Amino acid sequence: MGAVATRKAFGDAILRMGEDPRVVVLTGDLKNSTNVEDFAAKFPDRFIDVGIAEKNMLGVAAGLALSGKIPWACSFAAFNANRLEVVRLSIAYNRANVRIVGTHVGIGIGDDGATQMALEDIAAMRALPNMAVIQPCDEVETHRAVEYLMEHDGPAFLRLMRQGTDAVHDGAYRFAFGEADALRDGGDVALIATGALVQSALAAADELAADGVSARVLNVHTLQPFDAQAVAEAARACGKVVAAEDHNVNGGLGSAVAEAIAEAGVGARLVRVGLRSFGESGKTDELYAKYGLDGAGVARAARSLLERGR
Amino acid sequence: MPGTATQTADMESLRRLSQELRVKIIEMLVEAGSGHPGGSLSEIDMLVCLYFGGILRYRADEPAWPDRDRFVLSKGHCTPGYYSVLARAGFFSEELLPTFRKLESPLQGHPDRTRLAGVELSAGSLGQGLSAAVGMAFAARLDDAEWQTYCMCGDGESQSGHIWEAIMCAGNYKLDNLTAIVDYNQVQQTGMVAEIQDLEPFADKFRAFKWNVLEIDGHDHRACLDALTSARDHRGAPTAIISNTKKGKGVSWMELDYNWHGKAPSAEEAGRAIAEIMGGRA
Repeated sequence: MGAVATRKAFGDAILRMGEDPRVVVLTGDLKNSTNVEDFAAKFPDRFIDVGIAEKNMLGVAAGLALSGKIPWACSFAAFNANRLEVVRLSIAYNRANVRIVGTHVGIGIGDDGATQMALEDIAAMRALPNMAVIQPCDEVETHRAVEYLMEHDGPAFLRLMRQGTDAVHDGAYRFAFGEADALRDGGDVALIATGALVQSALAAADELAADGVSARVLNVHTLQPFDAQAVAEAARACGKVVAAEDHNVNGGLGSAVAEAIAEAGVGARLVRVGLRSFGESGKTDELYAKYGLDGAGVARAARSLLERGR
Repeated sequence: MPGTATQTADMESLRRLSQELRVKIIEMLVEAGSGHPGGSLSEIDMLVCLYFGGILRYRADEPAWPDRDRFVLSKGHCTPGYYSVLARAGFFSEELLPTFRKLESPLQGHPDRTRLAGVELSAGSLGQGLSAAVGMAFAARLDDAEWQTYCMCGDGESQSGHIWEAIMCAGNYKLDNLTAIVDYNQVQQTGMVAEIQDLEPFADKFRAFKWNVLEIDGHDHRACLDALTSARDHRGAPTAIISNTKKGKGVSWMELDYNWHGKAPSAEEAGRAIAEIMGGRA
C-alpha cells in the first residue's frame, strides 16, 4: 500500500460516520482540500459551507454541538485552530462537542509555503482546558481516531497532514486515546514523535540499528491529554530522548516531553527536532531534509546525544 | 392587534417587573463592587418581554427541556440584567443574586453555561454569540423542530467582523427560526458608538444581508412584544430587531454616559439610583 494522506483517510472515515444523523460537516470553502466532498454529496442537508469565514464556522459548530449534534469543522489548521479566540470561548470554555479538523499542518504541505503552514496550533490547543488534541500518523490510525471521536465527550482538535505517509499500522491496530503507541522497544535512545515524524523516527531507528544503537520509538498520537508516564518511562530507560514534530519546538510535543521528564524528576538529555522559524516553499522531502525532519535528521539528533554521552 | 383591557394590564405588570429588576441590577452591582450597569439597564425591558411576555418557551424546573426556545446573550457583560431575569423566571433562587462575581458563585462576571442552569452559551468575548445562535437554528432546522433561537447582541459588538460573518450566513441560509435582537443603546465602553465606529445605516446593512428588519423603541413593552411576535412568525428570512434604547435607562445621570458602561455605583449612588427608578422615571 502506498503513502496515504491522513486528510484523505479522514474524508473516507467521515463518510462512514455520516450514517449517524448527529454528524454535521462544516467547511470554509475547502471541501476539496479537506476531503469532505463525498460527504457533501451524500449528506447535503448536513453539510454547511460558511465560505471564507472560519470564525463563524467555529461558532456555528459550537451552537450545533450544544444542540446535540457532532459537528466537524474542517479547514486548514492555519485557519481554524488559529482562530484561537473563538476556539477558546465558543468551543473550549463552553465544552462544546466540536471536532476541529485542521489539515495541511507543518512544513510538510510543501509548495504553498509559510502562510498556510500551521506550526503553532498544537501549542495553542494544548493550552486550552477541555480540548483533546489528536494527530494520527497514518491511514489506519486516522480511521480509528475518527471512530473514537464519535464517542468522545468534549471538544477535540484533529491534526491532519496534506502529504501522504506510509502505513505504520495494520487493520488490527487498536487506538487508545491518551496512551502513547509503543512502536519499537530499545534502550539506548528514545525517539518520541508525532504525525509524519513517526515515519521519520522509524527510519532513524533503522539507520541507528545498523550502527548497533537500539532506539525505542513512541508514537504520540494524543498530545492532550499527554501520556507523561510513558514518556518519563522511556526517558528513565534510555537516558537520551529525541522529541520530533512538524511544529514549532516551543509549546508542542517537544515542550510536552520536556515537561514530562522534568516533572517526573528523571535525569535525561533531550533534543527537540522541529521548527524554530516559519516555514517556506519547497517540496516536502526537500523541506524535511533542510529542517532536519526526515529520518536522517532524527538520526542525526539521536547521534548528537549519543556522542555527548551521559 | 388592538390591545384589550387584559393586555393593557399585562403591559403594566411587565413595566412594574422591569422597574423591580432595575432595582435588582443596582443592588447586585453595589454588592459586587464591579460590573456593568449601562447595558443591563438598557436591555432589561426587552428581556422582561421575552421571558415574561409569553414569547420564550422554557421550563425553569427542566432547563434542558429539548423543545425549549434558546436565548443567547452575546453581550455577555450584561449579566446583572440577565441574571435578575433568570432568577425571577425560577432557574435559581434570587438569594443567589448577591453572590454575583464572588468566588465559587455560579453567577460569574460573564455567563457560564457549565455553572448556571438556564444559560445556553458562555459568552463575553464580544462578537461570538450570534454564530453559536446560527448553529442552534441550524440544529433545529435539521431536526425539523419547532423551537426558536433568539440572540441579543450589543451595538458595540456589531462592529466585529465575526458578527457580520454570522449575519451573512443566516441570511443566505434563510434561517427564519432565528431572531437577532440588537440592544442599540448608542454607547460603548469608551464613548458613543456613532463616534467610535458608526454602524449606520444599520438596518440597511441587515437588509442587504437578506434579513427581515424591525426597528422599535426597546423601552416600549408593547412594541417589544409585537416585534418578538412578528419575528417569530416571519418566514423565509431571519429577523433582526433593532431595539433602540438608552444605555443606563432609568437612572438619569447614567443615561448615555459611557462612564457607566463598566462601573458599579457607590452605596450612596445606588440609593439615589433606586429612588429614581422607584420614582417611576423608568
